[in-house]
Amino acid sequence: MSNSICRKRVRVSDYILTGIIYMCASVSILLLVGIVGYVFVKGIGQINWKFLTTVQSPTKGTFGIAGNIVNTLYIIVITLLIATPIGVGSAVYLNEYAKPGRIVRLIEFTTETLSGIPSIIFGLFGMVFFGTTLKLGYSILTGALTLTIMVLPLITRNTQEALKTVPESYRSGSLGIGATKWYMIRTILLPSSMPGIVTGIILAIGRIVGESAALLFTAGSSFLLPKAGEWLGKITESGGTLTIQLYLCMNNAQYGEAFGIALVLLIIVLGINILTKYLSKRFDVNSR
Amino acid sequence: MTEQKTGSFSIIGSYKTKKTIEKIAQVVFTICAFFAVLAVFSITLYMIMNGTPALHKIGLTDILFGSEWAPTASDPKFGILYIILTSILGTAMAILLGVPIGVMTAVFLAEVAPKRLAAIVKPAVELLAGIPSVIYGLLGILILNPLMYKWELAVFKGSETHQFTGGANLLSAVLVLAIMILPTVINISESALRSVPDHLKAASLAMGASKIQTIFKVILPTAKSGIITAVVLGVGRAIGEAMAITLVSGSSVNFPLPFNSVRFLTTAIVAEMGYAAGEHRQVLFTIGLVLFAFIMLINIALTRILKKGACERE
Amino acid sequence: MENTKISIHKLNLYYGQNHALKDIDMDIKSNAITAFIGPSGCGKSTFLKTLNRMNDLVDGVKIEGEVLLDGENIYDGKVDTTLLRKKVGMVFQQPNPFPMSIYDNIAYGPRIHGIKSKADLDEIVERSLRGAAIFDEVKDRLKKSALGLSGGQQQRLCIARALAVEPEVLLMDEPTSALDPISTLKIEDLMVELKEKYTVAVVTHNMQQASRVSDMTAFFLLGDVIEYGETRQIFNNPREKETENYITGRFG
Repeated sequence: MSNSICRKRVRVSDYILTGIIYMCASVSILLLVGIVGYVFVKGIGQINWKFLTTVQSPTKGTFGIAGNIVNTLYIIVITLLIATPIGVGSAVYLNEYAKPGRIVRLIEFTTETLSGIPSIIFGLFGMVFFGTTLKLGYSILTGALTLTIMVLPLITRNTQEALKTVPESYRSGSLGIGATKWYMIRTILLPSSMPGIVTGIILAIGRIVGESAALLFTAGSSFLLPKAGEWLGKITESGGTLTIQLYLCMNNAQYGEAFGIALVLLIIVLGINILTKYLSKRFDVNSR
Repeated sequence: MTEQKTGSFSIIGSYKTKKTIEKIAQVVFTICAFFAVLAVFSITLYMIMNGTPALHKIGLTDILFGSEWAPTASDPKFGILYIILTSILGTAMAILLGVPIGVMTAVFLAEVAPKRLAAIVKPAVELLAGIPSVIYGLLGILILNPLMYKWELAVFKGSETHQFTGGANLLSAVLVLAIMILPTVINISESALRSVPDHLKAASLAMGASKIQTIFKVILPTAKSGIITAVVLGVGRAIGEAMAITLVSGSSVNFPLPFNSVRFLTTAIVAEMGYAAGEHRQVLFTIGLVLFAFIMLINIALTRILKKGACERE
Repeated sequence: MENTKISIHKLNLYYGQNHALKDIDMDIKSNAITAFIGPSGCGKSTFLKTLNRMNDLVDGVKIEGEVLLDGENIYDGKVDTTLLRKKVGMVFQQPNPFPMSIYDNIAYGPRIHGIKSKADLDEIVERSLRGAAIFDEVKDRLKKSALGLSGGQQQRLCIARALAVEPEVLLMDEPTSALDPISTLKIEDLMVELKEKYTVAVVTHNMQQASRVSDMTAFFLLGDVIEYGETRQIFNNPREKETENYITGRFG
């Protein structure tokens, strides 16, 4: 009779390592809960109707972020109007037209590179290229063009992922009955990959909302609302987003207001996360 | 339904216009695809164009290896050595702190945690990744800096030479950076761990290895290239972060010691670009160029690792 | 009964609602090869995995009854599964070497069981590789990655890896189904040699394999053991109609 299997072996190292794993995981989780909780507690008292709908005015002594909200919306809309077609088009080229080889590798490498460049570099580039060379100055347009380059990889990559999940049979089915390639892309591929494109767009919105370093020297920091009747002209004027205003408040030690803005940002980020989760769930169901 | 549509299209479109439209579509898509190439090319060009004049004027060694930074003095000095060292050292410390915690959290999520708990924590980590960096900065100023100041007072009690920073020092910035790289490290390590085939786990367990032994001796080594990717991306995020640490790290250029007020490559640009002019402004672009060079190195390393990982999988 | 290694009594296994193994009773002899045959989904692989509790890793599995290994119930609460699996080793359908060197693959088991001395490990590695009849093929490249070996070599490496922890029982789950005929023959020869020292249980889809190498055969169908007996008797003179249909290929 050999050794029994009924004697528990004690492995001290297992206990230690398990302890370390649990410790690290709790540090991560506590940090998360702490950050979100702290911002919520400090910010909730700041937020009211007036905070959201008025504009900062030193003479009246009021503080509101309506102008910054409008600026953020401007930048989101303009950036996406430019970045979405380019990003989707690029993904279609890579997935449907290009043959594997040097060119595809170059495009994929540069797309990868773009997503790794820190936002402060985009800021510097936007400032000298759009701001100085193209003479757009500190304006919402300069900021939006800068961010266009920044969010491009997000949209390209998500669209590409979505295109990859469209079954080959859809393509051959459509082409096989005499559709042209462009027609097949327009009627079959793009609709089928819509959830992926939308996910890319929403992630891009998240990135834009949270961006600050790339905007500080491009879009400027004005917190005024556009004048009546000059909604379009506003895009050539300076406009600070919520994050820029938050940074300015920090600089001026207006911490209360800063936490109010932080909470607004946090709620937007949370909403965006929930939305992408919901979409990717639907996406999964569709592709099955 | 689509079949009917396709049919009606081919009746309407004559062969020639159809061909033209096809061509145009292809050209448009190709142009879109080259936009990324164009963007990277122009950014590189502009960074070099704007970053090199100062190197010519002031001298490469004086800038890169000079340790004195007095851009607005009557006899200005533009040595950015300490700024470069701060970025390197600060990033390294943040990685040393953040990566083990991040990887262990990923192990927890992928292998140890009950499914339900993992399903709650995972989206929470993703939320952490989406929080704007200025918010980290705000929390850094209001929570970390006071704590650091207390610590600083205790360490340098009675010191004549130490310049007190009020807690805005390298250590505070490192902690903020370590927290900020956590989501990147956790997410990418976790998916690397999850992609380790089950049959390797089974083989290890079938030989009488415990779960923990299997994790540390088989799963982690197998997921190595994914975890290295996570670390490299973490380095990229830490070295490029600006707004979160601008106010947290202090406001003067010093050698990167834990309790010194320091400037990173990024924070020097953010803090001084607003008022800099002439040579000072040009040197700030040189700092941008140095940062850009670091990032390109990291990107190239990353492509290498990913390619190697792909080969190994085959 | 004294040469019984594993004794199974009233074993029932459920995957959620699915009753996958039904009231199984079986004695597995030591120093013999026992083959489990049957159509896909009949429960033979599941049964094999109950013998070293690899089914514990699957969610929603419920197991009733007892499996006595040398008289000890392996489903007893006091059992340390790592010790059980050290004693009852397993070789899988797909060769699954770790992405490490050949040497480290073999040394993996001894190392987790606490052997650290280089000399001891060297000796175990060589003995195990010889035991799996692969030593001569790999002796010059022990430090090279195991992933560079052919499929047949990888499977023999996995057998060597299982032998390195000195098990008493070796479970093999369709060990040759992913291999070419020549590699298959090599592994079959190896199995016959292994039974001198070990108790071997093998799941196979290959009728010839079962008749060539095994001493005892159990025929499974829909979670039941239809017939269990000496291989010669099962193949030449089956008692049950279903067994005959299956081994003559007239099944279903």
